[in-house]
Amino acid sequence: MTVTAGIDVGSTYTKVIIQSDDGVILSRAAAPTGFRLRELARETYDRALVEADIAESDVEYVIATGIGRHQVDFKDLHVTDLTAGARGANFLFPQTQTILDIGGQTMKASRIDDVAKVVSFRLNDKCAAGTGAFLEKTARYMGYTTAEIGPLLSTSKEPVPISGVCAVFAESEVINHLSIGTAPADIMQGAIQSLTARAVQLMKRVRAEPEFTLVGGILRFETMSRSVSDLLEAEVNVPDPETVQFVSALGCAILARLRLKKLAAVSAA
Amino acid sequence: MAYAAGVDVGSTQTKAIVIDEDRKIVGRSLLDTGANVIKAAESAFVAALQQGGVDEEEVEFVVGTGYGRYRVTFGNTQVTEISCHGRGAVHLFPETRTVVDMGGQDTKAISVSPEGEITDFCMNDKCAAGTGRFLGAAAAALDIPLDDLGRVSLQSDRPIKISTTCTVFAESEVLAWIGKGKKIEDILAGVHKSIASRSASLMRRVGINDQVTFTGGVSRNEGMVQALEDRLGTELNISDDCHYMGALGAALFAHDHVVAGRAPTEAGVTS
Repeated sequence: MTVTAGIDVGSTYTKVIIQSDDGVILSRAAAPTGFRLRELARETYDRALVEADIAESDVEYVIATGIGRHQVDFKDLHVTDLTAGARGANFLFPQTQTILDIGGQTMKASRIDDVAKVVSFRLNDKCAAGTGAFLEKTARYMGYTTAEIGPLLSTSKEPVPISGVCAVFAESEVINHLSIGTAPADIMQGAIQSLTARAVQLMKRVRAEPEFTLVGGILRFETMSRSVSDLLEAEVNVPDPETVQFVSALGCAILARLRLKKLAAVSAA
Repeated sequence: MAYAAGVDVGSTQTKAIVIDEDRKIVGRSLLDTGANVIKAAESAFVAALQQGGVDEEEVEFVVGTGYGRYRVTFGNTQVTEISCHGRGAVHLFPETRTVVDMGGQDTKAISVSPEGEITDFCMNDKCAAGTGRFLGAAAAALDIPLDDLGRVSLQSDRPIKISTTCTVFAESEVLAWIGKGKKIEDILAGVHKSIASRSASLMRRVGINDQVTFTGGVSRNEGMVQALEDRLGTELNISDDCHYMGALGAALFAHDHVVAGRAPTEAGVTS
């Protein structure tokens, strides 16, 4: 059995996937990235190894991605987030042509071809209003943690518009809403809709075509994908909640396997 | 004696100024705006009266300004904070042609005529990058009182470069630099430089003409003064009353009304 690993050191979370050559995910591990990138990558990888019940020497190839990919000292190779995400999305939904990836500090839209190569992309990484940080801030202004966002959203009845131009200015908007008695759930859902509007704009800039696949930690919130789907007036693919945050790490593990095959072919020739 | 007063209800702090007939400041006060905006305006006004030893009946006209100006329920009229900062700056520093006002949530660049009239202005209304707000975030992240930030930043001899634009991301960048073992003064100097650079580009949009007067709460921060002076290559007018500039401008507009009310023939003295 050939085992490969993918590690995605994102701005907010570090994710690891260990995969066998038949495509089965042996284990996954995630932890908040924090500021000790190198150590945390190691710790998260070790946890995934323990969970898969294999030794590090059993893993034949490791590919790293994400903003902190250069800090991963046990990698064999690194690739960009876009390359990794494209491969992961293509593996889960082979008809994917457009990917929307919303993470803690970036939002990315990309068009891929049928062999999972990225043909065009657009990023938002300058402004928190278009990222998970916007939801996190909105929740925090109301005294909720990130973990409480999901349950809170499920109780929203009548979302209020949140302008979403700036995650900092949103604070006064949130406070104004709370002071007139708006339910926190409706404010939270308003923030989701403002984030969605930005996401769809970004997708339009890469001339989005179906099928659409949505990935990234924020997509754990089910209302997020529903809201994107409504705006696009189209169905969207969303990986299961267990996997949605791990798509780029998964893409890395798959790329690692392809890489091994290529290396074998080269040495056989 | 007939007095005039100005109350500036800002997003973070409320300021009040009382002036006499000679437009001399006799009382000033400053407090946190908090959740009850109406009460903040009243308390600030009362505190300024007390400080000046002035009875409320002696105040003939009150002008409200700032984002909460319509909550100054006892005010006779309202004037925007842009007009007030321009007016106040020209009063204190008659050669002022450009005003940069850094408050809790926004930064404004204002160009004024020699008469103190606003000829152009520009503000960050869409994004909190480059505002005093970021200093608040850095203070919280580093656990240093807001008022000490500037002093600490001046001890730096090797400022780091803050690469993010967004205030939210810059906050995590500050933490990341600490994680990498950078000195606090170097991080803070980087923060001040980054805000100065954003403010300078805002100012360039209205034109930077000497003299430049720095107003608003952040003008008390000596590190910010230094960073902005370095960036602009010019000295800034600063005074202890720069923090009260909006309220002072409002009080001056109120004084106009007092004068106009007394001598109607001199109308046109303005509002």
